[in-house]
Formats: sequence, structure tokens, C-alpha cells
Amino acid sequence: MPIHDQGYRRYAGLRAQTGFAWAVIARAGIRTLFAKRAFVGLLLLSWVPFLVRAVQIYAATNLPQAQFLAPDGRMFRNFLQFQEVFMFFITVYAGAGLIASDRRANALQIYLSKPLTRLEYIFGKFAILLSLLLLVTWLPAVLLLVIQVMFAGSFTFFLKNLYLLPAITVYSIIQVTSVGLAMLALSSLSKSSRYVGVLYAGLIFFSQAVYGVVESISGDSTMAWLSVPMDLQQIGDLVFRLEPRFHMPGWSAFAVIGLLIAVSAAVLERRVRGIEVVA
Amino acid sequence: MVTLDSVTVSYGTHTALKDVSIAFETGAVGLLGPNGAGKSTMIKSLLGFVVPNQGRMRVLGLDVAESPLQIRAKVGYMPENDAHIPGMNAVSFVAYCAELSGLPRVDAMQRAHEVLFYVGLGEARYRNVETYSTGMKQRIKLAQALVHDPDLLFLDEPTNGMDPKGRDEMLELVRDLAHNKGVNVIVSSHLLPDIEYTCTRVVVMDKGRVAAQGPIDGLKQPRGQVFELRVKAPGGPDGFIATLRAAGLECHATDDDVMRVFVPGEEGARRIFAMAAAEQVQVRHLRPSVPTLEDVFAQAVGEE
Repeated sequence: MPIHDQGYRRYAGLRAQTGFAWAVIARAGIRTLFAKRAFVGLLLLSWVPFLVRAVQIYAATNLPQAQFLAPDGRMFRNFLQFQEVFMFFITVYAGAGLIASDRRANALQIYLSKPLTRLEYIFGKFAILLSLLLLVTWLPAVLLLVIQVMFAGSFTFFLKNLYLLPAITVYSIIQVTSVGLAMLALSSLSKSSRYVGVLYAGLIFFSQAVYGVVESISGDSTMAWLSVPMDLQQIGDLVFRLEPRFHMPGWSAFAVIGLLIAVSAAVLERRVRGIEVVA
Repeated sequence: MVTLDSVTVSYGTHTALKDVSIAFETGAVGLLGPNGAGKSTMIKSLLGFVVPNQGRMRVLGLDVAESPLQIRAKVGYMPENDAHIPGMNAVSFVAYCAELSGLPRVDAMQRAHEVLFYVGLGEARYRNVETYSTGMKQRIKLAQALVHDPDLLFLDEPTNGMDPKGRDEMLELVRDLAHNKGVNVIVSSHLLPDIEYTCTRVVVMDKGRVAAQGPIDGLKQPRGQVFELRVKAPGGPDGFIATLRAAGLECHATDDDVMRVFVPGEEGARRIFAMAAAEQVQVRHLRPSVPTLEDVFAQAVGEE
């Protein structure tokens, strides 16, 4: 006879208030990803540019011969732009299967039979991408700012460029939100994460190719709003108070990204349901 | 325990539930009906997956439209088809479901182990769910529905795809939960023996409507006599069956060459013999029988 009763017992312990299930989903998703070596390798690789920039800041603040490397707003802007490459790979690796795999395994009806709303489920999944992408954009950019202060031994640069911290934060959030929601929406459209990855790559590269063709014909960058990455670059220039690189109005870039976020939200609202009805 | 008041649910042009009003009593209740009768739709409506076109529903005293989360915290749902969280082993999956239901992490893991032992997956609890057999997947679905200790369990076709031994064990678990562990259970199935073994009450669904309901024993009470009958007729038994039905006798064929005839009132076998003589049909076998749930089901849905 076992010492411990292995039969079914009623539970009389504590239960959390509803509204926090998204955190359970996010935590489990992040833990699952960090258990994969390939993903950890990708994350480590994405921090290499941070190391390069840290060395640059060290040299600029400590070596008089390296003054031409002195950091400015453009350096932070360029750093975040470079991180978009890693954002792409992390988004595809971590995001493609977030909802697609659940749809393949009929997990949505399991999730939504628990005390959580569809919004909580979506936010939980989004929080996974949000935290991972901020880990390769916002966090290293802010750390570069901190390192600059530490290496320089003064707040002079920081105080002269007070706009940098909010600019890094706002631009990172715009990048991560648009990319993350678009990927989640695409993930909800299919049961195959590979197919979702291809769809996402298509969204990025196809819009860029269309703009490339239009630009080569017209010789003008007014139509850069056709490309999602170009829209983000334009927004980045505006947020970091730099000369915009494309001849399109700033509002058009914001409008396209806003539209992308709205369409993604609408797709998610329609696709994330406990029952799939084919009428 | 559960009430539906004039509930209608439509998928496009197809109406799955038609103005259904019913009250489920506490204990173990079977939801019986052929495929497409509206059983799963009823459960999914009660969970809030489907919004009814009209009507109101209450589960455990709470309105489904107003308090879906409070209801889902108190109920467990075992879906009909294969469903799991991908990329997890059994104990992680079940503990994850417990955490989603609000249990603290340590309690969730402890409950997961206990429930997995209870459903018979103790030895396989560290295996990835995707490697499980069909029977094991049925058990893990029960475990995830049970882990947060619900007051009410919705089991949608719990023995689907199970071998006979596994099926018996699953039915034993359901019966134990309902009769010994104080968990209210609504079992949806098209298998009469499953309902008869696990439940004390039954709701028979047909074409989106409630065809019959009540205690199984009560529904099986004879309001006449039931006979097993085998005949030899010149043109086959179909003509005689039609004659019996035309005379108001309920008659349905079984798997064997035997038909079951329900004769209301006290006339019994005498009436069958008289009709057989009139039709020049030889009665080769006639034996009084006791009503089964199958008879109740056949009467309720008018099965031929």
C-alpha cells in the first residue's frame, strides 16, 4: 500500500484571481524557447553588435585618437536599425509557431476552456515575442547609453541627448509591436509554422521588392511607404530627430504601420476562437 | 446545475440547437444522441465558445453570458477531438493547465502528478504528449480537465477511439468521479452502454432538440411490454414491420435477425400473434424482454 494516496483528491488550496493567465502563457513560452540551444545561440549572436558598439564607446571616451567614433543619436539609431536583422530571425524562429502550433494541436479549445479570455491568450503569446525582441533592441540600446555614462565618467552626453532614452524606448516599442502583432496574425492563419515563416518573409521582402521596382521606375522615394521596413526606418529617423531618408511624408509611414497593427489585431480577433466554424 | 432556456444556436444556415430548454440535475447526466444531434454544440455553448442566437444559459448558478470566466474556473472540459499543448511532456502540460486555471505553481505541479496517477498515466508522465497512443491522449485530456478540481466536468465522447480495456477503465474513472468523488459530470456520447454505465440521468438529443430526458431507470420503466420477435414472412419482415408501426406499435431492428417490439397497454403478445395471423406471417421466436436504454433512445429519436 503506497504511503501517499495516489487517488483523486479535491483541491482546497489557493486560486489566483482571473486576469493573470497571460503571464503563465508568456512564462511557459519563454522557458520553452530558452530550452532550445539554437535559439540561445541566435540570442547570443544578436548581442555581438552590442559588444562592437561598447568597444566603440570605450575607445571614443578613453582614446583621444578615436574621437571620430564618439557616439551620437545616429549611432543609436543605426544600432537599432542593424538589430532589425536579428529581429527578423527571432520573430520567425520564436513567433511562427506561437499560434500555428496551437491550432495544429487543437490547443485553443484547451486554453479557452480555462478561465482566460481570448485577449489574455493573445497578449500572453504577444508578450513572448515582445520580451524576446526587446531583449535584442531596447535592452542593448539602453545598456549602451549606460555604458557611455560609465566609460565617460559623467552625465554630459546623457544630459545633452536627453531625448535618446525616450527615443530608444518609443522606437523599440513601435518596431516590436508592429512586427510582433503581424507575426502573430500570420501565425493564426495557418497550422504550419514553416508556412507562416514563409508568409512573414514574403510580407517583408515582397513589400520591399515592390518599393524597389517603383523607386527604380520613378527615381523617387515618395512611394517608400509601400515597404514595411522602409516605413519603420522613416519612423526611426523621425523619432531620433534625424533627417528623414525618404521623400515621403512622416504621417504616411505612421499610417501604414498603424494600419498593419489594426489589420493584425482584426485577424487575431477573428482567428483566435475556441471553435472553428466553417459556415 | 446547468439550465438552458430557449437556446437556439446556428452555424450559418444550419441550426444546431433549436429552442432548447432543459435543466441538468446534479450528479452524472448523459447527453445522448446520434452524430449531429447538437450535443457538442450544447457543451461548447455552455463554455462560451459559441454565442447562442437566442436564449439564456446558466452553469452552477452563473449566467454564461455574464460570467464566463467564473464558470470556466469551476468546470473542466474534455474535448472530443485530439487536443494538447504542443512541445510539452504530460506532467508539464497538466501542470500548465492547472496554472492557467489559477493554481499556484507548486500546487499545480503536485496536482498534475496526482491526477496523472489517477488517470493511469503515472508511469508515462514524463513522455511528450505527442508520442502518446489514442487511449493515452484520451486519459491526458481527462487529466487536464480534472487538475484544477472542477465542480462540473464536461466530457465529450470520452471513450472515442479507445480499445475495449481502455474504454472500460475510462468509464470506471468517470463513474468513480461522479459517484465517489463528488464531481458533477455531463457525459456526451452516442454510445448507449457508456451512458448507461456512468450516468443516472439522461438527456436524449435529436436534430437539435431534446427528445427525452429523465432518470435512466425511470425512462426504462415499461409503459407496456417489450418483446423480442423473429418472423418469417413471404416478402421479408419489412412489410410486417410496416404493419406493426401502422398499428401504433414501436418496432426497431437490432443487430441480429431480431426485432424489438414495444406494445403499449396490457394486450401484449396476443396482439402481435393476431396481427401476424392476419398478415399470414409465421412467428418463429417471441420472448418477453425488459426495456433498455436503447429502447428509450429508439423511441425518443424515432430510429428505424
